[in-house]
Amino acid sequence: MSSNQNILVKLKQAGFRINDKWLVKGVTLQIEKGKIVTLIGPNGSGKSTTAKIALGIYKKIDGEVEKYTNKVGYVPQKISVDWTLPLRVNDFMVLTENLKAETINEALSLTGVIHLKDKNLGDLSGGEFQRVLLARAISKKPDLLVLDEPVQGVDFTGEIALYELIKKISDELNCGILLISHDLHTVMSATDHVVCLNGHVCCSGTPMDVAKNNEYKALFGEQASQILTRYQHKHDHIHTIEGEIKKN
Amino acid sequence: MLDDFFIRALLAGLGVAIVTGPLGCFVIWRRLSYFGDTLAHSALLGVTLAYTMEFNIAFSVFIISSLIALILIQLQKRTNLPGDALLGLLAHSSLAVGLVVIGFLTFIRFDIMGLLFGDILAVTVDDLLIIWVGGPLILLVLKLIWKPLFASTVNYELAEAEGLNPDRAKAIFTILMAGIIAISIKMVGLLLITGMLIIPAAMARNISDSPQKMVVYSIIGGVLSVILGLFSSLEFNTSSGPSIIAAALFLFILSLLNIKQSIKLKN
Repeated sequence: MSSNQNILVKLKQAGFRINDKWLVKGVTLQIEKGKIVTLIGPNGSGKSTTAKIALGIYKKIDGEVEKYTNKVGYVPQKISVDWTLPLRVNDFMVLTENLKAETINEALSLTGVIHLKDKNLGDLSGGEFQRVLLARAISKKPDLLVLDEPVQGVDFTGEIALYELIKKISDELNCGILLISHDLHTVMSATDHVVCLNGHVCCSGTPMDVAKNNEYKALFGEQASQILTRYQHKHDHIHTIEGEIKKN
Repeated sequence: MLDDFFIRALLAGLGVAIVTGPLGCFVIWRRLSYFGDTLAHSALLGVTLAYTMEFNIAFSVFIISSLIALILIQLQKRTNLPGDALLGLLAHSSLAVGLVVIGFLTFIRFDIMGLLFGDILAVTVDDLLIIWVGGPLILLVLKLIWKPLFASTVNYELAEAEGLNPDRAKAIFTILMAGIIAISIKMVGLLLITGMLIIPAAMARNISDSPQKMVVYSIIGGVLSVILGLFSSLEFNTSSGPSIIAAALFLFILSLLNIKQSIKLKN
């Protein structure tokens, strides 16, 4: 198979502005099947905007976006559900696509929240809701997953387990993932390609390439660079979703 | 059977209640009660148009309401005024213009009270036909756009990102709103249509924990309100529209009691 057939989304010099204020500009990147692309950058650097450009939420953009799939799972950075909507976790799971009960159960089990299935969405904690959001996005078995800070508010052990789950999903479903995260430690081990944003692409490449880049060092500091390069050890154990340690 | 005015009234009311239930849920979820009000107020203009041009009332109300909805969307794009100010502007100016036009039409005798508060007892067989053809049609279209409309009600960007085309669903929903106002104006009148949309759905919200249940309960609530309201209007010789709305309010209060009981049980 040629690499062209693996491309899910392609951004060419893409940018978005509101009136005359650029939120992000000149972004070129592509997401391929089975690959994880991570966007990093400080607050307000245009990470979420770039994700929304890739998803086609923003329509009046500069540059080009080519999207080759419609099977998309999205975990937005911010979502507030209104109390006027009586919505249980189970109803939320079938929001954009009808799924079989076993598919729903499987996804909720993977993210460790199957016990919340009949709970009202408004009664969940931040971390629980985040797990439900992730379950909903993966349950559709999408070609493209866009995860905007998918583990915010999740406890530390759960965070690691969920990142491992994301990596596993990318391998098993062979889907492309666009990940936005602040956590350099956990993300870098799984990421194939890193794009460092600061209103524009300041550098991109493999985690190692980015870590050595001077612009990246200037943006995040020397310490962050060490985190990336240091992340080259192997775990002798894995964490389950609940946080228990399992020996390999 | 259709010769009896009361049977016709009952059939008309039931036909409308079945449609206002589901639509009313969306009105509550999407916070559109003032939008509904605005469309209803503009209906008066539609009625005057119907009289002057000798059109069918439901049809001309539908046209005018859709037109007002379009104007609203344009105004939202082109001005910096907040949404509620624009709604108020359109609601009251279209009501005023409608009343002014009525003033000019001295050769036609208008039943203003009937227009404002409904005259369900004057429902004709033709009106019944419009309700029972238009109503199911509205429900069918609503069922077709349910997924994108509901998903975008929960979160617009999620629906858009996952390819559901929420903008189209929203536009179609606006037309459905104009449609329900057109077919129900004769029954509850233009000042009370929004009540028929909101109150049964609000009642249903109090006693349901899923969107599907809320839709079913609001239909049941609407149907009960019509039956209760019409029989009491016959019994006490009150006008039909307000009687139906008052019955709906009664059911809403009952649903509040139900909540209190369940809270007591929990403690």
